Amino acid sequence: MRSYRSSYSRRSFIKHSLTVAATVPLMSQMAFAAERSVHVLNWDTYIGPQTLEQFTKATGVEVKYDLFADNSELFARLRNGNPGYDVICPSNDFIERMIQSDMLAPIDHSKVPNFANYDPRFQDASFDPGRQFSMTYFWGTIGIGFRNSQFATPPDSWGLLMGPESKVHAGKISWMSDPVRVINHALKLNGHSLNTTDPAEIEKAIQTLLAAKGNVRTLAGDNGQDLLLSTEVDLAMEYNGDMLQVKAEDDDLNYVVPKEGAELWQDCWAIPKGGPDLAAAHEFINYVLDAQVHADIAKEVNYALPNAAAIALMPEDYRTNSIIFPADDVLKSCETPRYLGEDIAKLKSDGMTRVRAG
Amino acid sequence: MESWKRQPRLFSLLISPAIIWLTLFFIIPLGFMVGLSLSVQPDATHTVFTGTLESYYGILDRNPDTGDYIYIGVILKSLMIAAIVTFFCLALGYPVALAIAFAPAKWRPILLLLVILPFWTNLLIRTYALMSVFRVNGFFNNILAWVWNHSRFMLLGTYQPFDLLYTNTAVIVGLVYIHLPFMVLPLYTAVEKLDRSYLEASLDLGAGHWRTFFKVMVPLTLPAIMAGGIITFIPAFGALVTPDLLGGVNSQMIGNIIERQFKAANNWPFGAALSLILVYITFILLALQSWMASRRAKLDDIRR
Repeated sequence: MRSYRSSYSRRSFIKHSLTVAATVPLMSQMAFAAERSVHVLNWDTYIGPQTLEQFTKATGVEVKYDLFADNSELFARLRNGNPGYDVICPSNDFIERMIQSDMLAPIDHSKVPNFANYDPRFQDASFDPGRQFSMTYFWGTIGIGFRNSQFATPPDSWGLLMGPESKVHAGKISWMSDPVRVINHALKLNGHSLNTTDPAEIEKAIQTLLAAKGNVRTLAGDNGQDLLLSTEVDLAMEYNGDMLQVKAEDDDLNYVVPKEGAELWQDCWAIPKGGPDLAAAHEFINYVLDAQVHADIAKEVNYALPNAAAIALMPEDYRTNSIIFPADDVLKSCETPRYLGEDIAKLKSDGMTRVRAG
Repeated sequence: MESWKRQPRLFSLLISPAIIWLTLFFIIPLGFMVGLSLSVQPDATHTVFTGTLESYYGILDRNPDTGDYIYIGVILKSLMIAAIVTFFCLALGYPVALAIAFAPAKWRPILLLLVILPFWTNLLIRTYALMSVFRVNGFFNNILAWVWNHSRFMLLGTYQPFDLLYTNTAVIVGLVYIHLPFMVLPLYTAVEKLDRSYLEASLDLGAGHWRTFFKVMVPLTLPAIMAGGIITFIPAFGALVTPDLLGGVNSQMIGNIIERQFKAANNWPFGAALSLILVYITFILLALQSWMASRRAKLDDIRR
């Protein structure tokens, strides 16, 4: 799932090799048939097993498919100009950063009629007003993954991972290695907005982390759920979809969005400026937003759909799963990270370097 | 061998692929890095060359809490870890090289193959293999637990697994494991080529095995020790994946900080300045090695 964030994750490495092995013969067959092509840059294991093949069948447009491991890698690849991608899939704050850096082309809504099927909440976004540049693909939360049997009462606060209470679980805690993710949730623990631009609040979050870091086992790149599965830790900062995946393997594992609230993220399709084929990019986006296609992908990746027509096609246990679709009061406590400028990004990154020094 | 001055055409023909290669993939990229390190980044996506030393001054940033130099501290720590790794590679690698060199001739290729074999496996896969050995539920703890549980008659209580991963020690173990072949191969070549009559003479003249080893063998294989040390030390110093996967909260090395500058921090000029510091330290080490080698050569000439 979208879990394989690090470029050198074990499973992504193996799956990646398999994907390459599977697509090579496919691509050589299609090379004769298709003249047009669309070059897509997406997260690993974030598409249905037949989606790309069926898109080519339906439209005659060949898909060149590339993978990226995290948003900052995607940004670094496109920073000095678009190397030839038609469609990319960054998250909320990176959409906003790319809009401000003039890196995205507007999406022509008349060419993406399937967007009308979206839940009204996703027809607009704080990071992209009017949805001029992006359309949500999937969304989710970050929260606490935990081993049930180790807790008398289920965890409900970031304090267990980052506050003084973390002492009780010393050596059994993992944070994420992404500096922004960790500092944002320390801000939530301190009762601040994770979109704050007040350096004093960010500094206080860094001090919170410095005080608790001795109780932390490790910072997990993309494998917090694996650390839980192998009993290396009992508490991990994790993505909801990753936890669903390991919960299927070990029912003693569970996931909760803490009472202080957390990040609500949205991965969105967008068109980078200077892409080779604008029409093909629109065709691709409209195709994956088709109710049936989008639902088929959701069955594979198990993240929350923004597409009301696609949700209607999903089985009951998906629609009522509270890890995929949190209750409204939980969602109210969550915030979607915004792009707050380079200075704030630097403050958070340097802060984490300080936390990790010593 | 003839001097290249007598055959300038042949010489330029032979040397040109190497020069083209070095220019395209070393000098030009390095030039870009130097330019980048002397630039400023006014927004998220642009860098402007101004010749400023701002990024280099940034390396001297201090931690506001403790007053320590943040980046200098991490560089020193990385040097220290690389030195420890090199020491253990030498301490483990020399006996292995000796054993192979003195093994029966028909065994040598197989033993050598066993040393080289891990090289054929991807670094990531080897690191993940190490993780599955040392984790709480890993082979190491499971074997110990089995022994423990079968010694119950000694009333030991329940087995408490060791937390072996996610520490600085785990990073050092991982780096030694990965770099050991770099040390063994040059040492093996040197020991194998060594004129055995020197060793026999030393033993005949009354020196013990230890004395023969330290007074005869080590000086004679010193160039190989230096070479093995350099090619172990330099990659260990810039290690990125191993501290990331095996390290804990406090295990960041300079390679991790450089990676963060190009990705999460999006500060390319600073990342370039830090990488160049790494390059400069490497150059200094290489210069030191060749200076010591040439001094040895001169001393050898004088002795003759």
